[in-house]
Amino acid sequence: MSANDNDPGDSLSSVSSDHAVDGEPTDPVKTPSDDDVTFRWDGIRAGILTGTPIAIGVGGYGIAFGVLANQAGLSVAEAALMSATVLAGASQIIAVELWADPIPIAAIVATTFAVNLRYSLMGAALQPWFRHLSPTQIYGSLLVMADENWALTMRELKSGSGRGAFLLGSGIVLWLFWVGSTVLGVFAGESVGEPERYGFDFVLAAVFVALAAELWEGKSSLVPWLVALATSIIAANVLPGRWYILIGGLAAAALEVIRHDR
Amino acid sequence: MSTAGATPLESVVPSALSLDPLVVGVILAMTIVTVIAKVGGIWFIRKIEVSERLEAGLTVLPGAVVIAVLGPELAAGGPAEWGAAGVVLVVMWKTESILLALCAGVLGVVAFRAVL
Repeated sequence: MSANDNDPGDSLSSVSSDHAVDGEPTDPVKTPSDDDVTFRWDGIRAGILTGTPIAIGVGGYGIAFGVLANQAGLSVAEAALMSATVLAGASQIIAVELWADPIPIAAIVATTFAVNLRYSLMGAALQPWFRHLSPTQIYGSLLVMADENWALTMRELKSGSGRGAFLLGSGIVLWLFWVGSTVLGVFAGESVGEPERYGFDFVLAAVFVALAAELWEGKSSLVPWLVALATSIIAANVLPGRWYILIGGLAAAALEVIRHDR
Repeated sequence: MSTAGATPLESVVPSALSLDPLVVGVILAMTIVTVIAKVGGIWFIRKIEVSERLEAGLTVLPGAVVIAVLGPELAAGGPAEWGAAGVVLVVMWKTESILLALCAGVLGVVAFRAVL
Protein backbone atom coordinates (compact mmCIF):
# COMPACT_ATOMS: atom_id res chain seq x y z
CA MET A 1 0.00 0.00 0.00
CA SER A 2 2.70 2.46 0.91
CA ALA A 3 4.97 1.40 -1.91
CA ASN A 4 2.80 2.77 -4.70
CA ASP A 5 2.42 6.39 -3.65
CA ASN A 6 3.49 7.53 -7.10
CA ASP A 7 0.91 5.50 -8.96
CA PRO A 8 -1.50 8.11 -10.34
CA GLY A 9 -4.39 5.65 -10.32
CA ASP A 10 -4.02 4.83 -6.67
CA SER A 11 -5.32 7.94 -4.97
CA LEU A 12 -7.41 6.12 -2.41
CA SER A 13 -4.62 4.15 -0.78
CA SER A 14 -2.24 7.12 -0.71
CA VAL A 15 -4.94 9.27 0.87
CA SER A 16 -5.77 6.66 3.48
CA SER A 17 -2.12 6.34 4.47
CA ASP A 18 -1.95 10.13 5.01
CA HIS A 19 -4.25 10.52 7.95
CA ALA A 20 -2.78 7.60 9.88
CA VAL A 21 0.15 9.82 10.91
CA ASP A 22 -1.37 12.14 13.45
CA GLY A 23 -0.02 14.65 15.93
CA GLU A 24 2.34 15.91 13.23
CA PRO A 25 2.38 19.73 13.14
CA THR A 26 3.43 19.90 9.48
CA ASP A 27 1.10 20.50 6.60
CA PRO A 28 -1.04 17.39 6.06
CA VAL A 29 -1.15 17.89 2.31
CA LYS A 30 1.73 16.61 0.24
CA THR A 31 2.95 19.95 -1.09
CA PRO A 32 4.10 19.49 -4.68
CA SER A 33 7.58 20.71 -5.55
CA ASP A 34 8.25 22.67 -8.75
CA ASP A 35 9.25 19.55 -10.63
CA ASP A 36 6.04 17.79 -9.73
CA VAL A 37 3.64 20.00 -11.70
CA THR A 38 4.09 20.23 -15.45
CA PHE A 39 2.16 21.84 -18.29
CA ARG A 40 2.61 19.54 -21.22
CA TRP A 41 0.80 17.81 -24.05
CA ASP A 42 0.43 14.59 -22.05
CA GLY A 43 -1.67 16.52 -19.52
CA ILE A 44 -3.88 17.97 -22.24
CA ARG A 45 -4.28 14.52 -23.75
CA ALA A 46 -5.12 12.90 -20.41
CA GLY A 47 -7.68 15.67 -19.84
CA ILE A 48 -9.29 15.06 -23.21
CA LEU A 49 -9.42 11.27 -22.73
CA THR A 50 -10.76 11.38 -19.17
CA GLY A 51 -13.03 14.31 -19.93
CA THR A 52 -14.77 12.86 -22.96
CA PRO A 53 -17.22 10.52 -21.16
CA ILE A 54 -18.10 13.35 -18.75
CA ALA A 55 -18.48 15.78 -21.65
CA ILE A 56 -20.94 13.40 -23.32
CA GLY A 57 -23.03 13.48 -20.15
CA VAL A 58 -22.78 17.26 -20.04
CA GLY A 59 -24.16 17.21 -23.59
CA GLY A 60 -27.46 16.21 -21.99
CA TYR A 61 -27.54 19.55 -20.19
CA GLY A 62 -26.44 21.31 -23.37
CA ILE A 63 -29.44 19.96 -25.23
CA ALA A 64 -31.69 21.08 -22.37
CA PHE A 65 -30.13 24.55 -22.47
CA GLY A 66 -30.56 24.75 -26.25
CA VAL A 67 -34.23 23.84 -25.96
CA LEU A 68 -34.78 26.53 -23.30
CA ALA A 69 -32.81 29.12 -25.29
CA ASN A 70 -34.98 28.36 -28.31
CA GLN A 71 -38.13 28.85 -26.26
CA ALA A 72 -36.74 32.15 -24.94
CA GLY A 73 -36.41 33.33 -28.53
CA LEU A 74 -32.64 33.13 -28.97
CA SER A 75 -31.31 32.20 -32.40
CA VAL A 76 -28.91 29.29 -32.95
CA ALA A 77 -26.05 31.76 -33.30
CA GLU A 78 -26.96 33.60 -30.10
CA ALA A 79 -27.34 30.41 -28.03
CA ALA A 80 -24.08 29.02 -29.43
CA LEU A 81 -22.31 32.31 -28.69
CA MET A 82 -23.51 32.22 -25.10
CA SER A 83 -22.35 28.61 -24.63
CA ALA A 84 -19.00 29.34 -26.30
CA THR A 85 -18.17 32.42 -24.23
CA VAL A 86 -19.96 32.00 -20.88
CA LEU A 87 -19.43 28.20 -20.54
CA ALA A 88 -21.28 27.88 -17.23
CA GLY A 89 -24.36 25.69 -17.55
CA ALA A 90 -26.42 26.55 -14.49
CA SER A 91 -26.06 30.32 -14.99
CA GLN A 92 -26.97 30.02 -18.67
CA ILE A 93 -30.08 27.99 -17.94
CA ILE A 94 -31.15 30.49 -15.27
CA ALA A 95 -30.42 33.40 -17.65
CA VAL A 96 -32.66 32.11 -20.43
CA GLU A 97 -35.37 31.39 -17.87
CA LEU A 98 -35.17 35.05 -16.82
CA TRP A 99 -35.19 36.13 -20.49
CA ALA A 100 -38.15 38.38 -21.39
CA ASP A 101 -39.07 41.31 -23.62
CA PRO A 102 -37.57 43.80 -22.82
CA ILE A 103 -34.51 41.88 -21.61
CA PRO A 104 -33.98 42.35 -17.84
CA ILE A 105 -30.27 43.05 -18.37
CA ALA A 106 -29.29 43.94 -14.80
CA ALA A 107 -31.08 40.93 -13.28
CA ILE A 108 -29.53 38.53 -15.80
CA VAL A 109 -25.97 39.83 -15.38
CA ALA A 110 -26.18 40.05 -11.57
CA THR A 111 -27.65 36.55 -11.30
CA THR A 112 -24.98 35.17 -13.62
CA PHE A 113 -22.28 36.66 -11.39
CA ALA A 114 -23.88 35.33 -8.20
CA VAL A 115 -24.35 31.84 -9.63
CA ASN A 116 -20.76 31.73 -10.93
CA LEU A 117 -18.99 33.22 -7.92
CA ARG A 118 -18.40 29.68 -6.68
CA TYR A 119 -15.78 29.35 -9.44
CA SER A 120 -13.58 31.76 -7.47
CA LEU A 121 -13.50 29.23 -4.68
CA MET A 122 -12.92 26.33 -7.06
CA GLY A 123 -10.07 28.19 -8.76
CA ALA A 124 -8.49 29.06 -5.40
CA ALA A 125 -8.58 25.37 -4.46
CA LEU A 126 -6.27 24.67 -7.42
CA GLN A 127 -3.57 27.04 -6.13
CA PRO A 128 -1.37 24.42 -4.38
CA TRP A 129 -0.67 22.94 -7.83
CA PHE A 130 -1.21 25.94 -10.09
CA ARG A 131 1.30 28.15 -8.28
CA HIS A 132 3.97 26.27 -10.23
CA LEU A 133 2.50 27.37 -13.56
CA SER A 134 2.83 30.65 -15.44
CA PRO A 135 0.04 33.26 -15.32
CA THR A 136 -0.82 32.55 -18.97
CA GLN A 137 -1.17 28.83 -18.25
CA ILE A 138 -3.23 29.48 -15.11
CA TYR A 139 -5.65 32.05 -16.46
CA GLY A 140 -5.90 30.38 -19.88
CA SER A 141 -6.90 27.09 -18.21
CA LEU A 142 -9.39 28.81 -15.91
CA LEU A 143 -11.30 30.20 -18.90
CA VAL A 144 -12.45 26.66 -19.77
CA MET A 145 -13.13 25.65 -16.15
CA ALA A 146 -16.60 24.31 -15.38
CA ASP A 147 -17.91 22.23 -12.46
CA GLU A 148 -17.32 18.88 -14.11
CA ASN A 149 -13.76 19.37 -15.35
CA TRP A 150 -12.77 21.15 -12.13
CA ALA A 151 -13.92 18.04 -10.29
CA LEU A 152 -11.95 15.77 -12.63
CA THR A 153 -8.89 18.00 -12.31
CA MET A 154 -8.97 17.97 -8.50
CA ARG A 155 -9.09 14.18 -8.67
CA GLU A 156 -6.18 14.09 -11.13
CA LEU A 157 -3.96 16.51 -9.18
CA LYS A 158 -4.76 14.93 -5.80
CA SER A 159 -3.53 11.64 -7.21
CA GLY A 160 -0.10 13.23 -7.58
CA SER A 161 0.19 12.97 -11.36
CA GLY A 162 1.29 16.60 -11.60
CA ARG A 163 -0.42 17.13 -14.94
CA GLY A 164 -1.07 20.87 -14.75
CA ALA A 165 -2.54 20.98 -18.26
CA PHE A 166 -5.30 18.54 -17.34
CA LEU A 167 -7.83 21.34 -16.68
CA LEU A 168 -7.17 22.81 -20.11
CA GLY A 169 -7.52 19.45 -21.90
CA SER A 170 -10.69 18.42 -20.11
CA GLY A 171 -12.02 21.97 -20.57
CA ILE A 172 -11.46 21.93 -24.32
CA VAL A 173 -13.42 18.70 -24.82
CA LEU A 174 -16.14 19.95 -22.47
CA TRP A 175 -16.36 23.21 -24.46
CA LEU A 176 -16.71 21.32 -27.75
CA PHE A 177 -19.54 19.13 -26.45
CA TRP A 178 -21.24 22.05 -24.68
CA VAL A 179 -21.36 24.24 -27.80
CA GLY A 180 -22.27 21.31 -30.07
CA SER A 181 -25.09 20.07 -27.86
CA THR A 182 -26.43 23.64 -27.49
CA VAL A 183 -26.82 23.87 -31.27
CA LEU A 184 -28.48 20.44 -31.34
CA GLY A 185 -30.82 21.51 -28.55
CA VAL A 186 -31.95 24.69 -30.31
CA PHE A 187 -32.77 22.72 -33.46
CA ALA A 188 -34.46 19.95 -31.50
CA GLY A 189 -36.66 22.61 -29.95
CA GLU A 190 -39.71 21.26 -28.30
CA SER A 191 -39.42 17.79 -29.83
CA VAL A 192 -37.01 16.71 -27.07
CA GLY A 193 -38.62 15.87 -23.76
CA GLU A 194 -37.30 16.70 -20.32
CA PRO A 195 -33.68 15.61 -19.62
CA GLU A 196 -34.96 13.96 -16.41
CA ARG A 197 -36.31 11.07 -18.46
CA TYR A 198 -32.79 9.91 -19.33
CA GLY A 199 -31.21 10.73 -15.99
CA PHE A 200 -29.03 13.46 -17.56
CA ASP A 201 -29.99 15.85 -14.77
CA PHE A 202 -28.23 13.49 -12.35
CA VAL A 203 -24.82 13.56 -14.09
CA LEU A 204 -23.51 16.56 -12.17
CA ALA A 205 -24.60 15.15 -8.80
CA ALA A 206 -23.05 11.78 -9.70
CA VAL A 207 -19.74 13.42 -10.60
CA PHE A 208 -19.67 15.15 -7.24
CA VAL A 209 -20.60 12.02 -5.26
CA ALA A 210 -17.74 10.17 -6.97
CA LEU A 211 -15.42 13.05 -6.20
CA ALA A 212 -16.48 13.18 -2.57
CA ALA A 213 -15.61 9.48 -2.28
CA GLU A 214 -12.09 10.29 -3.47
CA LEU A 215 -11.58 13.50 -1.49
CA TRP A 216 -12.54 11.83 1.79
CA GLU A 217 -9.42 11.82 3.96
CA GLY A 218 -10.85 10.04 6.96
CA LYS A 219 -11.36 11.56 10.39
CA SER A 220 -9.83 14.93 9.47
CA SER A 221 -12.51 15.48 6.79
CA LEU A 222 -15.44 14.85 9.10
CA VAL A 223 -15.76 18.23 10.87
CA PRO A 224 -15.20 20.50 7.83
CA TRP A 225 -17.57 18.38 5.75
CA LEU A 226 -20.31 18.46 8.37
CA VAL A 227 -19.91 22.24 8.64
CA ALA A 228 -20.08 22.60 4.84
CA LEU A 229 -23.13 20.32 4.70
CA ALA A 230 -25.06 22.09 7.44
CA THR A 231 -24.30 25.67 6.36
CA SER A 232 -24.96 24.97 2.68
CA ILE A 233 -28.32 23.32 3.35
CA ILE A 234 -29.41 26.16 5.65
CA ALA A 235 -28.16 28.80 3.17
CA ALA A 236 -29.90 27.07 0.26
CA ASN A 237 -33.20 27.35 2.13
CA VAL A 238 -32.71 31.00 3.11
CA LEU A 239 -30.91 32.63 0.19
CA PRO A 240 -31.69 32.78 -3.54
CA GLY A 241 -29.37 31.58 -6.30
CA ARG A 242 -26.30 29.54 -5.57
CA TRP A 243 -24.82 31.53 -2.70
CA TYR A 244 -24.99 28.38 -0.59
CA ILE A 245 -21.96 26.87 -2.36
CA LEU A 246 -19.79 29.84 -1.45
CA ILE A 247 -21.12 29.98 2.08
CA GLY A 248 -20.69 26.25 2.72
CA GLY A 249 -17.15 26.19 1.35
CA LEU A 250 -16.08 29.37 3.14
CA ALA A 251 -17.58 28.29 6.48
CA ALA A 252 -15.58 25.04 6.44
CA ALA A 253 -12.37 26.80 5.37
CA ALA A 254 -12.83 29.54 8.00
CA LEU A 255 -13.33 26.95 10.74
CA GLU A 256 -10.16 25.18 9.64
CA VAL A 257 -8.21 28.47 9.75
CA ILE A 258 -9.52 29.19 13.26
CA ARG A 259 -8.79 25.78 14.74
CA HIS A 260 -5.47 25.39 12.90
CA ASP A 261 -3.23 25.78 15.98
CA ARG A 262 -5.31 23.99 18.51
CA MET B 1 -32.64 22.73 -43.53
CA SER B 2 -35.39 21.83 -41.15
CA THR B 3 -35.68 18.04 -41.24
CA ALA B 4 -38.88 17.93 -39.19
CA GLY B 5 -41.30 19.32 -41.74
CA ALA B 6 -44.07 19.63 -39.19
CA THR B 7 -42.34 22.22 -36.98
CA PRO B 8 -44.34 25.40 -37.01
CA LEU B 9 -41.37 27.46 -35.87
CA GLU B 10 -40.81 29.12 -39.25
CA SER B 11 -39.27 32.10 -37.55
CA VAL B 12 -36.40 30.02 -36.16
CA VAL B 13 -34.88 28.68 -39.35
CA PRO B 14 -34.49 31.88 -41.41
CA SER B 15 -33.10 33.71 -38.39
CA ALA B 16 -30.86 30.88 -37.18
CA LEU B 17 -27.72 32.94 -37.71
CA SER B 18 -29.14 36.29 -36.67
CA LEU B 19 -27.30 38.16 -33.91
CA ASP B 20 -29.31 40.89 -32.22
CA PRO B 21 -26.81 43.55 -31.01
CA LEU B 22 -28.59 43.88 -27.65
CA VAL B 23 -28.59 40.10 -27.10
CA VAL B 24 -24.89 39.95 -28.01
CA GLY B 25 -24.25 42.77 -25.54
CA VAL B 26 -26.03 40.90 -22.72
CA ILE B 27 -24.07 37.72 -23.57
CA LEU B 28 -20.79 39.67 -23.48
CA ALA B 29 -21.69 41.15 -20.09
CA MET B 30 -22.49 37.63 -18.82
CA THR B 31 -19.13 36.47 -20.20
CA ILE B 32 -17.22 39.27 -18.45
CA VAL B 33 -18.72 38.61 -14.99
CA THR B 34 -18.21 34.85 -15.45
CA VAL B 35 -14.54 35.30 -16.37
CA ILE B 36 -14.08 37.58 -13.33
CA ALA B 37 -15.65 34.87 -11.16
CA LYS B 38 -13.49 32.12 -12.68
CA VAL B 39 -10.12 33.86 -12.39
CA GLY B 40 -10.84 36.11 -9.38
CA GLY B 41 -10.26 33.58 -6.60
CA ILE B 42 -6.84 32.38 -7.69
CA TRP B 43 -5.82 35.94 -8.65
CA PHE B 44 -6.57 37.06 -5.11
CA ILE B 45 -4.80 34.11 -3.50
CA ARG B 46 -1.71 34.78 -5.61
CA LYS B 47 -1.62 38.44 -4.53
CA ILE B 48 -1.49 37.77 -0.82
CA GLU B 49 0.98 35.95 1.37
CA VAL B 50 -0.48 32.50 2.09
CA SER B 51 0.21 31.65 5.72
CA GLU B 52 0.20 28.13 7.09
CA ARG B 53 -3.16 28.87 8.70
CA LEU B 54 -4.70 29.96 5.42
CA GLU B 55 -3.18 26.95 3.70
CA ALA B 56 -4.94 24.70 6.22
CA GLY B 57 -8.20 26.37 5.18
CA LEU B 58 -7.41 25.96 1.49
CA THR B 59 -6.66 22.30 2.09
CA VAL B 60 -10.21 21.51 3.19
CA LEU B 61 -11.71 23.74 0.49
CA PRO B 62 -12.03 21.18 -2.34
CA GLY B 63 -13.94 18.67 -0.22
CA ALA B 64 -16.04 21.39 1.41
CA VAL B 65 -17.05 22.88 -1.94
CA VAL B 66 -17.99 19.42 -3.23
CA ILE B 67 -20.15 18.82 -0.16
CA ALA B 68 -21.69 22.31 -0.42
CA VAL B 69 -22.66 21.64 -4.05
CA LEU B 70 -23.96 18.18 -3.26
CA GLY B 71 -25.74 18.65 0.08
CA PRO B 72 -28.57 20.97 -0.98
CA GLU B 73 -28.92 19.21 -4.33
CA LEU B 74 -29.44 15.82 -2.71
CA ALA B 75 -31.57 17.33 0.05
CA ALA B 76 -33.85 18.76 -2.63
CA GLY B 77 -34.07 15.37 -4.33
CA GLY B 78 -35.93 12.30 -3.15
CA PRO B 79 -35.34 8.61 -2.45
CA ALA B 80 -34.50 7.97 -6.12
CA GLU B 81 -31.64 10.50 -6.06
CA TRP B 82 -30.42 9.32 -2.65
CA GLY B 83 -30.44 5.70 -3.79
CA ALA B 84 -28.57 6.57 -6.99
CA ALA B 85 -26.01 8.56 -4.97
CA GLY B 86 -25.49 5.42 -2.88
CA VAL B 87 -24.99 3.39 -6.05
CA VAL B 88 -22.31 5.86 -7.21
CA LEU B 89 -20.54 5.59 -3.84
CA VAL B 90 -20.57 1.78 -3.82
CA VAL B 91 -19.36 1.47 -7.42
CA MET B 92 -16.69 4.08 -6.72
CA TRP B 93 -15.41 2.19 -3.69
CA LYS B 94 -15.47 -1.17 -5.49
CA THR B 95 -13.99 -0.12 -8.85
CA GLU B 96 -12.41 3.35 -8.40
CA SER B 97 -13.64 4.05 -11.94
CA ILE B 98 -15.43 7.36 -12.30
CA LEU B 99 -16.96 6.33 -15.63
CA LEU B 100 -18.46 3.11 -14.26
CA ALA B 101 -19.72 4.98 -11.20
CA LEU B 102 -21.37 7.66 -13.37
CA CYS B 103 -23.06 5.15 -15.67
CA ALA B 104 -24.31 3.15 -12.71
CA GLY B 105 -25.61 6.34 -11.08
CA VAL B 106 -27.48 7.56 -14.16
CA LEU B 107 -28.98 4.11 -14.82
CA GLY B 108 -29.76 3.88 -11.11
CA VAL B 109 -31.62 7.19 -10.99
CA VAL B 110 -33.72 6.27 -14.04
CA ALA B 111 -34.54 2.87 -12.53
CA PHE B 112 -35.30 4.24 -9.05
CA ARG B 113 -37.52 6.98 -10.51
CA ALA B 114 -39.48 4.35 -12.41
CA VAL B 115 -39.90 2.17 -9.30
CA LEU B 116 -40.19 4.62 -6.40
